[in-house]
Amino acid sequence: MQSYIPIFLMIGVSAFLGIVFLVLQRFLGPHRPNPEKLSTYESGMPPVKSARERFSVKYYMVAVLFILFDIEVIFLYPWAVNFRALGLFGYVEMILFILILLVGYLYILKKGALQWD
Amino acid sequence: MEISPVIEALIKIIVVIFFILLPCVAYLGVQLERKLSAWIQNRVGPNRVGPYGLLQPLADIPKLFFKEDIVPAAANKFVHSLGPLISLTIAFSTFAVMPFGDTLPIVVNGVVHNISLQIANVNIGVLYVLALSSLAVYGITLSGWSSNNKYSLLGGIRSSAQMISYELSLGLSIIGIVMLSNTLQLNDIVKAQSGYYLFGFLPNWNIFVQPIGFITFFVAMFAETNRLPFDLPEAEPELVAGYHTEYTGMKFGMFMLSEFLAMFAAAGMITTLYLGGWQAPYIEYLNLSPFVVSLVQVGAFFTKFALIVVFFMIVRWSMPRFRYDQLMNIGWKVMIPLSLLNIALTGLFILKPIHTWFN
Amino acid sequence: MDIRQQKILAALENKDTSVYFKDALDNEMVLNMGPQHPATHGVLRLLIKLDGETVAACVPELGYLHRGYEKLAENCSYHEFIPHTDRLDYLSPLMNNTAYVLAVEKLLGIEAPKRAQYIRTIISEMARVSSHLLGIGALAMDVGALTVFTWTFREREKMYDIFELLTGARFTTSFTRVGGLAHDMTPDVISAVKAFFDQFPEKFNECITMLNTNRIFVERLDGVGRISKEKAIAMGMSGPNLRAVGVDCDLRKTQPYLIYNEIDFDIPVFNDGDCLSRYYVRLNEVKESVKIIRQCLEKMPAGPVHANEPKKVLPRKEQVYTKMEELIHDFMLINFGVNPPVGEVYHAVEASKGELGFYIQSRGEGHPWRLKIRSPSFMNLQSTSMLVEGGMISDIVAVLGSLDPVMGEADK
Repeated sequence: MQSYIPIFLMIGVSAFLGIVFLVLQRFLGPHRPNPEKLSTYESGMPPVKSARERFSVKYYMVAVLFILFDIEVIFLYPWAVNFRALGLFGYVEMILFILILLVGYLYILKKGALQWD
Repeated sequence: MEISPVIEALIKIIVVIFFILLPCVAYLGVQLERKLSAWIQNRVGPNRVGPYGLLQPLADIPKLFFKEDIVPAAANKFVHSLGPLISLTIAFSTFAVMPFGDTLPIVVNGVVHNISLQIANVNIGVLYVLALSSLAVYGITLSGWSSNNKYSLLGGIRSSAQMISYELSLGLSIIGIVMLSNTLQLNDIVKAQSGYYLFGFLPNWNIFVQPIGFITFFVAMFAETNRLPFDLPEAEPELVAGYHTEYTGMKFGMFMLSEFLAMFAAAGMITTLYLGGWQAPYIEYLNLSPFVVSLVQVGAFFTKFALIVVFFMIVRWSMPRFRYDQLMNIGWKVMIPLSLLNIALTGLFILKPIHTWFN
Repeated sequence: MDIRQQKILAALENKDTSVYFKDALDNEMVLNMGPQHPATHGVLRLLIKLDGETVAACVPELGYLHRGYEKLAENCSYHEFIPHTDRLDYLSPLMNNTAYVLAVEKLLGIEAPKRAQYIRTIISEMARVSSHLLGIGALAMDVGALTVFTWTFREREKMYDIFELLTGARFTTSFTRVGGLAHDMTPDVISAVKAFFDQFPEKFNECITMLNTNRIFVERLDGVGRISKEKAIAMGMSGPNLRAVGVDCDLRKTQPYLIYNEIDFDIPVFNDGDCLSRYYVRLNEVKESVKIIRQCLEKMPAGPVHANEPKKVLPRKEQVYTKMEELIHDFMLINFGVNPPVGEVYHAVEASKGELGFYIQSRGEGHPWRLKIRSPSFMNLQSTSMLVEGGMISDIVAVLGSLDPVMGEADK
């Protein structure tokens, strides 16, 4: 655990730096708001409806696919670290794993989940 | 004289942030980018502030503090400030595991102290970098959502879709290296790249051992850093400025800063994983003292690093941008199969090395 | 104000000019692109309905740069309107000057001398080159290649220096006059033009090699914004956009004006009707224009640049100050204008954006009773929604860039 302390320190220092930036900006910059200035920019037009509405499901699809595949990628890491120790057996096993992964991949390809327009 | 590891780490962090990263952003980032783009575009570039315009970044960056911070009335104020903060923190934190060199032997009172030139030598270095690059999506997505602006929202969603798609091929590309070096520790991965390859003179860098992995990793890194040709989140002609449309002053500056830092982190990772990190080839023939060797190695790291950064910039100023569907097609239909192929081939070549194939 | 006018006014006042979509499904986002937007080439407003990244519907809204030039012309004398034509297609003002005076000359029944016609051809083609350079550069910038834009702008900048030398102004040239030109093309301008076009092909090749050999650029445009031949004709497309759908129609060949029938040049035609074809047509037109200018420079005869029609053509200033006759003509022309015969006339030229026509109706007065401008950008923009629907957001900018509209001309 000892070796992780610097990482937390680094995150702490950089977050602190970011907060310093925000605070400095708050005090150094002018502050003269008016309703026009604070309006949402939409090409110089009053916005048509709010931005916070439901948006297309296609974007969620990417997220779902990502989670499925990313977990499988993470499974590959412990195997890769021990690759030389596992030898041919591990290799064949993992090729099988990747093949199963590929079946899923081909399935989503066939289903058209990777058609973007 | 013994100093506690916490103090040592703090000193290293301060040195890295204030004496390496911020000057790098100012000169290798802002100034070089402006000058290089000017040279590419038949312009002169900044040449007024200081000799040859060298003080331009010092004028550019503080200026942002004196700009009004405009938060749109419809925005979520807290998240609006949180977005750039997350981006900046994540961008800095990546450098915690970056090995800038091996160890620097410093002799104090006749005792040799080996100072590790890496802030944190953790055993999950690679995973840490991957985790941070996943987290970087939050800064952009949150700022895109919080502005309550449709361009920002589209930019934010686009960028999350893009970054998570390339995250996969990024993770898959590195597996080849992990298989070769059997470690996730970045410094050990660099050490594993010592020696020579094939004909005895080509350095044993992963770029020569893992050409397919290098290409997929390189492209994925471009996509992760949102630079042209993958800068869809801030595609200027269609989305105005993408996720930072509603940001002004230093908050915008923080996005710029984190963008440059992300590019540097990408360059640093490419150097570390594929270009032998701090390894300087043929240095053992020169019979230098360990201290000088260490300095030369740091120099080697920064040379490779700077070359990659310059390459990033040249690409940015000479390429058009992808369309969303083209980008996703490359990510899902080209990069993932290629990196899976890379894993299979790497395993095959490790189990039966190339010189044993023809006997 | 009569009752009819009052009714029209009331209707205009009550008219809600905002645009709504009938059924905005919940997960479809309505986005405003323009009028103040980096990619809409001026002040075009596009209301788009998005399903994810796909454009479900698009409504273009024009008129943000409307200055009422057609109405203004009714209160200008024929000469006074020439500076206004600069502001139509502000990327090729010389071409508009030429087109307008050609229409007026047709109405008056006079013709400029040969040398003036050669010079008009040269400046028209130079305007075409400069406009297409911007079109290509802006298209490249819209799809993300910023650098090519500055490269083509460098060439345009050199051309503007020549325009400055020739007309005294870089942008608002107002160079032509009814029955001739403001003044002759001096030898140093001719040598400047020659010097420019000696180095131009190489520099131009540099720019387009950057684009043509770039796979991302070609794939961004290939098959995007496709329109069929019939639809393009039905929507009134003209110019490079029409020639990109395979219609071999160029007014320089079909209704030769100036001295185009004495010049040897080709009309580039491409058949795909997508953004890439439109880009290729422009690119090849630039090369043809260079050919035309070279031939014109070779063949250009010596002689006057003003028609010998004292009652219709403005006299030279130095003569006005020294000769009685000219002073009287100048007084009459400035105060009462050229009084063309009663009648109407339409003259169109092949401008850089398409068919630029001026329709003038005269009642024998010093100013037109009605002047209608057939602006190619306006007609080309009509098909915008047809071209972008079903594509992606990024395609909108590619389509707009390839249509190459100029809002000054579309809104008039």
